[in-house]
Parts: sequence; structure tokens; C-alpha cells
Amino acid sequence: MTQLSTSTMSVARAIATKDLRIEWRSKVLVNQVLPFAGIVMVLFAFALDNDGILQRVAPGLVWLAVLFSSLIVVQRTFAIEAADNALDAIKVAGVSPAGVFLGKSVALVVQLLLFECVLVLLSLVLYQVHLSWGGAVLLVTVSFLANIGIAAMGALYGGLGAAAKGRETLLPLLLLPAVAPVLIAATRATESAFGVGGATLGEGWPWVALLAVFGALFGFGGTLAFGVLTEE
Amino acid sequence: MSSVDEAVRLRNAVVLLGSFPALAEASLVVKKGEIALISGANGAGKTTLLRLCAGLVPLARGEATVLGFDLATQRREAQAHVGLLGHANGLYIDLTAQENLQFWGAVVGASTQEIALSAKRMGLHTRLLGTTVAKMSAGQRRRTALAILIIRRASLWLLDEPHAGLDAAGRDEIDNILREATSAGATVIVASHELERAGALATRRIEVVGGAIVEHGAQ
Repeated sequence: MTQLSTSTMSVARAIATKDLRIEWRSKVLVNQVLPFAGIVMVLFAFALDNDGILQRVAPGLVWLAVLFSSLIVVQRTFAIEAADNALDAIKVAGVSPAGVFLGKSVALVVQLLLFECVLVLLSLVLYQVHLSWGGAVLLVTVSFLANIGIAAMGALYGGLGAAAKGRETLLPLLLLPAVAPVLIAATRATESAFGVGGATLGEGWPWVALLAVFGALFGFGGTLAFGVLTEE
Repeated sequence: MSSVDEAVRLRNAVVLLGSFPALAEASLVVKKGEIALISGANGAGKTTLLRLCAGLVPLARGEATVLGFDLATQRREAQAHVGLLGHANGLYIDLTAQENLQFWGAVVGASTQEIALSAKRMGLHTRLLGTTVAKMSAGQRRRTALAILIIRRASLWLLDEPHAGLDAAGRDEIDNILREATSAGATVIVASHELERAGALATRRIEVVGGAIVEHGAQ
């Protein structure tokens, strides 16, 4: 029998392509998760529509909406594996766990970027925040790096909880504390991008560096840990 | 100690599901090239036996060797050579049959030709290949899952009720594929309630009773 080719990168590419194709086909992201995120943003606007509070807290609200939505996206990305027990098929095939982790993470990053585009546009309309060109560059960088951290932790804990009882409630308990540092850094950097409270663009870039460190740590750690944590 | 002509060797293997011993001191040797039929009542431990051989459940006590790999220390190495078709088909229901095959082809490095050949072998014609799995019948899903097993080029095939949901032609085709697989060097272990059907295919029969293995010898 021919030796199976399970190189990490080819597995990662296959997993990411498959996940994105399933989302494109099923439209769950666009038809269900995006409206949920939009409703969260509108509810924030109703709850905090007072004396300019919204503008001041808009960066935190955007990232809270991203985090809440990311819980659904992560659960969804492992639900498609559980629907017909494809996760077992992947395990039995001896597929590189690092490849599965990286593939899942890349697909999550792409989906979260789509989210953030919509949520930032919504925040400009609903919360009436200002975004300069320099701020837009900062925000795009923040979004990309924050997504790597969220996606890496999401793929790791999503995989860990995929076979567990009560996985729907387990994931928020595991994921939200783990990505709290990302939330803080992304919110501070976004305050600079929006110019909230007199924050300048220059103040945002150190937070970007911190997000890059989180992304690298979570990505590297997840690549190493995914196989061990999802073994059983 | 496993010999080179053995595909599976279990010695006093114990598998616990929670605190329940789903396999209790099970001992078994399946030689390469055999088609072994596993029979037994519901809950006897047939599926657990297959999942142990696939490295999906941990060994609590005893020894288990698959294709020369010790499952306690070399589980992933063994898994690369094992194909399991359980009660579920392991398909992505939002993708078409063709996309499922292409996904596995990409994962295991199979060529387009190999993918097309496996689809043809399982009677997945052009229209069916373009159908989303969610819209397929149970039998069509089974055929797609078996086509993936062919693409995987596994040395040990573990099949749980492989004939379920298939029409007569599909059942015959599966029997032919399993015979061809063994003549090409693969080993097949089939768990089935359909003793007449699977018994005609098998070279030996093994019964699982309350987590223990009872040999019935060659067919």
C-alpha cells in the first residue's frame, strides 16, 4: 500500500478550503451569524445611547460583538465535523493534527475578517465614530492580528470541546478568558484608530505589537498542543 | 509480540467506556489478508472492538498491536494505515460527493485519476457526484464513504454494518471490493448482524459476547 501523504501544509490547505466552501454553500455565516452580530450592535446602541457614551465605548462594543459572534463561528466550524462524524474519519486517517489546526484557524481568520468589515461599517453608522485613512490602516492591521489570536484559541478549544458533552456551554467558558488579552489590546488599538478620547494613532501601534505577540504565541502553542488535546 | 503476518493482535485487551468494560480481557489474532466477520448481540462490544483497532478508544489494560504498531505508543502511525467505516459515514453533508472525494484526495495525496476510479468503482456517476450529500439516500452516502476508503488506500479496513442501506447491486459491489482489497494485500474486519450475507464473504468468524471474544474458526 502506498504511504499516505499527510504533510501539514497540504492538510491545512484542504481543511481551510473545505471549511470555507461549506460556509459559502450553507450561507449560515451570512444568513444567521452576521444578523446576530448586527442585532448585538443595535442593542448596544439602544442600551447606551446617552451623552456620547456610544462613541467612547464603540471600540469595546465592536470587539465584544466580534467575540460573541466568534463563539458561534467556532462552534459551527466543529459542528460540520460532528454532523456525520467526520472528525473520527480525520483522526483515523492519521491526518497531521497541526494541519487540521492550521486549516481550521485560517478558515476562521477569513470568516472573522468578513465579520469585522461589516461590524466596523455598522459602528461608523450606528455609533457615529470617525475613521481617518491612517486609522483605517491601523484598524485593518489590528483586525488581522487579533483574528489570528482569536482563531487560534477558537480552533484549539473548539477542537478540545468537539467531542465533549455540553460542548455548546463549554466553549464560552474556555475561550472567553483565553482571548481576554486579545480583546483588551484590540480595543485599545481601535480606540486609537477611532480617535476616541483624544487617543492618537501613535498610541495604537504598541498594542498592535502586543497583538502580534499574542497571535504568534497562540498560533505556535495551538499547533503544538492541538494533537495532544484532541487525542481522546 | 506481533509477527509480520498479523494485522491485529489483542492480548487480554480491556477497554473501559466510563467504568463499564466494553471489552473485557479480549484476545484475538487476525492475519493479513483475512476477511474476519465479527458477530454478536447489540452492545456486545463489536463497535468498541473496531474502534480499538482504529485507535479511537484507549486501551485500559492488556496489549493491542495493529499492523505491527503498538496502539499504546504508536497509535498515530497505525491510524495512517487504517480505514474505518462506522455507523456514520464521515461525510460533509453540505458538500457534493465529488467535493468530499476531492477533499480526501487532497488530504492523502491521491491523484485525480484515483479519485475518478474510486467513484466509478462505487457507481457514483456524474449526476450523483454533483449531488449534495444532504440530498443523497442512505445507500448513496454509503457508496460515497466506501469510495473514500478506496482513496485512503488503507491496509486494514474496519467496517461496521457496511451493507446497511444498500440495494442488492450495491451489496454485491461491496463484497467484490472487499475481496479485491484482500487480494491486494489488505485485511478486512466486518462487524455485522447480517450473518448470511457477511458470512459468505468472510474467511473466518469471531463472536463477541459480553466484551469477550469467542472464536468460531474458519468459514
